[in-house]
This record gives sequence, C-alpha cells and structure tokens, in this order.
Amino acid sequence: MSIIVDKETKLVVSGLTGREGSFHGLRNQAYGTYLAAGVTPGKGGQDVEGVPIFDSIKEAVEERGANTSMIFVPARFAAPAIDEAIESGVHTVIAITEGIPVLDMLKTYWKAKEAGVRLIGPNCPGVLSPGKANVGIIPAQFFDPGKIGVVSKSGTLTYQIGNELKQAGEGNSSIVGIGGDPIVGSDFIDILKLFEVDPETELIVMVGEIGGDAEERAAEFIAAEVSKPVVAYIAGFTAPPGKQMGHAGAIISGSSGTAQAKKEALEAKGVRVGESPTETAAIAVETLRG
Amino acid sequence: MDLLEYQGKQLFAKHGIAVPSGEVASTVEEAVAAADRIGFPCAIKAQVLIGGRGKAGGIKIAQDAEEARAHADAILGMDIFGPRGEGPFRVDRVWVEGGSDIAAEYYASVILDRGEKKLLAMVSAKGGMDIEAVAEEDPEALVREHIDPTRPFTATEARPIVEAAGLDEDVRDQAAEVLAKLAQVASGEDATLIEVNPLIVTTGREVVALDAKVTIDGNALFRHQELAEIADTADDPQEAMAKEKGLTYVKLDGNVGILANGAGLCMSTLDVVAQAGGRPANFLDAGGGSKAEAIVDALTVITSDEKVTAILFNIFGGITRCDEIAKGIVEASSQLDLKVPLVVRLDGTNSEEGLAILAEADLPNLQQEKTMLDAARGVVELAGGQS
Repeated sequence: MSIIVDKETKLVVSGLTGREGSFHGLRNQAYGTYLAAGVTPGKGGQDVEGVPIFDSIKEAVEERGANTSMIFVPARFAAPAIDEAIESGVHTVIAITEGIPVLDMLKTYWKAKEAGVRLIGPNCPGVLSPGKANVGIIPAQFFDPGKIGVVSKSGTLTYQIGNELKQAGEGNSSIVGIGGDPIVGSDFIDILKLFEVDPETELIVMVGEIGGDAEERAAEFIAAEVSKPVVAYIAGFTAPPGKQMGHAGAIISGSSGTAQAKKEALEAKGVRVGESPTETAAIAVETLRG
Repeated sequence: MDLLEYQGKQLFAKHGIAVPSGEVASTVEEAVAAADRIGFPCAIKAQVLIGGRGKAGGIKIAQDAEEARAHADAILGMDIFGPRGEGPFRVDRVWVEGGSDIAAEYYASVILDRGEKKLLAMVSAKGGMDIEAVAEEDPEALVREHIDPTRPFTATEARPIVEAAGLDEDVRDQAAEVLAKLAQVASGEDATLIEVNPLIVTTGREVVALDAKVTIDGNALFRHQELAEIADTADDPQEAMAKEKGLTYVKLDGNVGILANGAGLCMSTLDVVAQAGGRPANFLDAGGGSKAEAIVDALTVITSDEKVTAILFNIFGGITRCDEIAKGIVEASSQLDLKVPLVVRLDGTNSEEGLAILAEADLPNLQQEKTMLDAARGVVELAGGQS
C-alpha cells in the first residue's frame, strides 16, 4: 500500500504540451506511472511522445479512463484548470503550479470539497510512492520504498530529509508535498489521516514551516487520532515577522504563525521535533527501530 | 504586499468607504503646503509599514502652519521601530490629513482565515487600541463571523455582526455598509487582510475609516495594474535588484550571505546558520532548475549588501543540477570581484560533476563542505563577529 498515487493511478496532465509539463510528465511516465493522456485546449488529436492529447480533461477521463489529474498550467490560468479537473470525474487533482491568486484558490478549495475530489497543492512538488508511481516533480532517485510516510510544505527540504533517510537505510511509503501556499487543497491533517490507515506506513515525518496554523491543528489531531509515531521538523525560526519567505504562505502575521509556536504546540502533544533536517531524519530512524 | 495607510485609504475611497481628505508629501515644504490646503487642525502621519506609529512619535496634530512645519520636519526622515522591535522603518513620506472630531472608536476587519478556508469579518466597539490585546482580555468584545467566499457579502448579512458587537444603534446601518464594502475590497482587489483601527464615528455621526492596514496578494498583482506599480517602488535596494533579476530575496540584518534552492531548504539553512552562532544577511531562494546565469545574478545581489562577510551556498539538487550551480559559481568568480569567502555544499543531482568543476577551477576563497551542518559551522567561522 501507499497513499494517493500507486499502480492504479491513471494520470492525465494538463499542460503536457508545455516545456515543464512535458519534461515532468514524461519523467513520471519513465518512472512507471501510467500516463494516460495530456490536455491542452485546441490541441486535441495531437500526441506527445505517443501520449494522446485531448481538448478537455473530461474527454481524457471518458476516452482513457484517467482518474488522477496533474495541473502544470501557468498561474493565471491554473485555477480554472483545477476547476475543470474537479468537474471532470477524476478522484484526485495534483496542482504543481506556483503563484495562483489565493482568493481564486479559496473558491476552488470549496469546489473540490463539495465534489468530493482530493486536491493536493497548489505550489507543491506532487506525490511519490516509491516503486509505484510518481506524480509531480519530486526527484525519485533520493527515495527508496519503505515504511516512513512523509508530508511536507516544502520540496527541497523533503528531498534533503528523504536522502538522509535513504542513507540511513530507510525508505518511504509515500512522500506528499502539500504545498507552500496559504490555501492548499489538503492540509497536514488530511494526509495524516491517510497515513494512519495505510498498512505500509509505520512512522510519519511531518515537515512544516512558518505561517498559518496548520501545524498547530495537526498537533491536536495527532494527539486525538494518530496512533503511529510522528516526527516533525519546522523551518523558519529566524524568519522576521511580516516578510514572505519564498512561499506565499510562509509569513509570520503579527505574533502568529511562528516556528517556535508550532514547535511548542507539537511538543506539547508528544511529537518530537528535530532541530535540523539531519536530526529529524536521525530521530525518525531511531524511533522506527525502537 | 502591504500597503501604506494612504494607499489603503485611496483603495477604500475607490470602493465608497468614507475616509478623511488628505494629501501625501515627501518634503517639509510639500507637507506645509498640503496642510494649508486642507486646513487646521490637521494630522501629520508617518507612512511606514508598521503599527504603533503614534506611540513612536510618528503621528502629530498641527494647529497651524508653523506646527505643521515643525512636525513634518521631525517626522520625515525619522526611524520608527515596531512594537516587537521590528525595523527600523525610515519615514520617507507623510500623509497630511484633515482633523476628525471623534465621538467613538471602533474596530473592523476582513481577513483571510487560512485554517478555516474562509474570509473572516471581525468587529469590535473597542477600537483604537491593540486588537490582539482586546481579543485576549475581553474575547466577547471582538465579534468574529466567517464569510462564505464563494458569493458576495451584503450589508444585510453584515448587520447582525455590528449589532452583536454593540456599536451605537444610530450608526449600525452605516457600519454594516462599511463591513460589506471591506469584503468587496477583499474580493475586488485581492486583499488578504483589511483592518480599520480605528473606524470612527464623528461628532456628526458619520462612520469614517481613520486608519487602513491592507495586504494585497502578490500573486494577483497581474490583474491590478495600479497596485502592481506600488509594489515596484516599495523595496530596499537589494530587494529591488533581486526582484528585477527574478530572484526571491529577503534582506535580513546579519552578515552571513545565504543562497539555497527551494524556500523550505533556504529557511532551514538560515536556522542552522543561526544555531551555529551566525546571523544570516538574507534569504535567497535560487529556485528550482537554477542555471549558471541565475547564480551570477544571485551573487551580485548578495554581495551588494556591504555587511556580508562570508557566503554560504546550500544546494540540494533535485531538478536543480549541481554542475550548473558549480558552473555559475566559477563564472561569477571570473565576472565579479568577490572579496568574501564562499562555503559551498553541493548534494543531490549531479553533485559529483559539480564538485569536480569546483575542484578543477581551484578558486581561492572557496571552501567545500559535505553536509549542511558542517557548511553552516564553516561559514559562521569565516564570517566572524558582526561589525
């Protein structure tokens, strides 16, 4: 088992005819993900390296049985593309695009909720289930199959921690990038729920950062609902208030959203928080091996 | 992107929210002339992106032209620190505003509630003071109500909120109207935070926004031309240079220059440098798939900050290839006159090729480290104490 993407995934990529979309879509295919189709309005009937292109996601669902959509569309057109995916009949939408206006995402978030579609991202690296499927831009070479589930707001930080786990001889059930935007389709809690019931996952690493209160909410949820051990890392202790640190969501507003507050909230619920990515990986390995 | 008070008020006026008349001035002469036109008494208000201006001496009332001159002279050029020690914020312009006769001070805001995925409207009859303190000491005094983000919010829906907050009965319709318009500003201008503190009732019983704190979503500036122009003028020199080169850069106050790829890894790098006893000079995310040219740009920006005494490159290549980063470092060394030492940690995609390129170039002033923690310790040692 694993979560969100696996051998059952039939992927349709919006933006497959673009430079980024084709590079990563074909990379995902080379990894073993079943790439069912691409979508670019007006380019239906064409193909990218033998992968058929359709005018709409709905057509890709009907013609090719696509069940998972990946969005690689430029920011200002991305929210409508996600909306289209939500209405197309796929069960999962993974939005990689960075820079989507947050109030657009607010509306899209509720559309996904109402339709019962799982939305991951935007502004995320995607989801990798090592040995099974990769949807997004996560470099798969740093991750082996294994027992540790990873959920993270940050891409590169996840690669750093994943690589340290691999060097210590441990692998991953799934790696989920939930994204660094203020409004994302799935929060830590949504993914923790999935890892909790995934038989392959024995330990969960959660990587957070400044901004919002998703980590604090996750701490409450972990205490109440998660039986598996969780190890956390939080980035941004040195970030000044009011400054956006790269990710649109990584900003301390007034006195809320600080790394210290998140660390304290997690530790208060018995979650060990690493001081650095290296220490976090070491704690995870130590906890797993008991 | 945060707006200055007067920019926020201009936005309010555009949406039909009453604000006092005023003019912006960046010299003492301009301020005095503006005060003359507006009439006395008038307020001279420092325009900086931090709260607590009044306490810091950045807001003064002038009864005549002579006082206007004295206040403008004192406020323009002053450094203001925030309530949590933020800053300094140098005052380069003031807002000269007609005096208001205040009968009551309220609080009103519409903000993006990230946790609930909705807009949140808040109203209180206890305005004019630190609202976080009000919320803590007297939570009942701050009425909070979520707004459905998928449809417009009307004054009729706002009415029960202002009622619950206990605003004076005769101004409830006006206040409800203002709250609905604040929500309009949010949706119409892509604002993620709009705070009016105080929202006053004048002795003539008119509801007026006496202050404005507005944050605009930077990702939505493409559809707001006027706001995008404000964004282009609001930076410090390094931040402006970085923006021009398409880099994500935040200036900090230390002496260790930082470059990493990815926002999370970059924040983490700042943290481990601080843990090692150093003080980061900046946040710079070189982004995914960085090419050599971007590295030259990044080093140009980092070294233009004279406080920087050593630089750390912390790269974990995913999509980014370490050989490209190494090429960029070599190229930057030949193009720029790098006076400060560089500590480089390259790991991930093509790291061996990258390290080979650096070894071959044999640059003076370059130290390689294998891990992020060793690199942090190394750069802190080379950077030395803060001057």
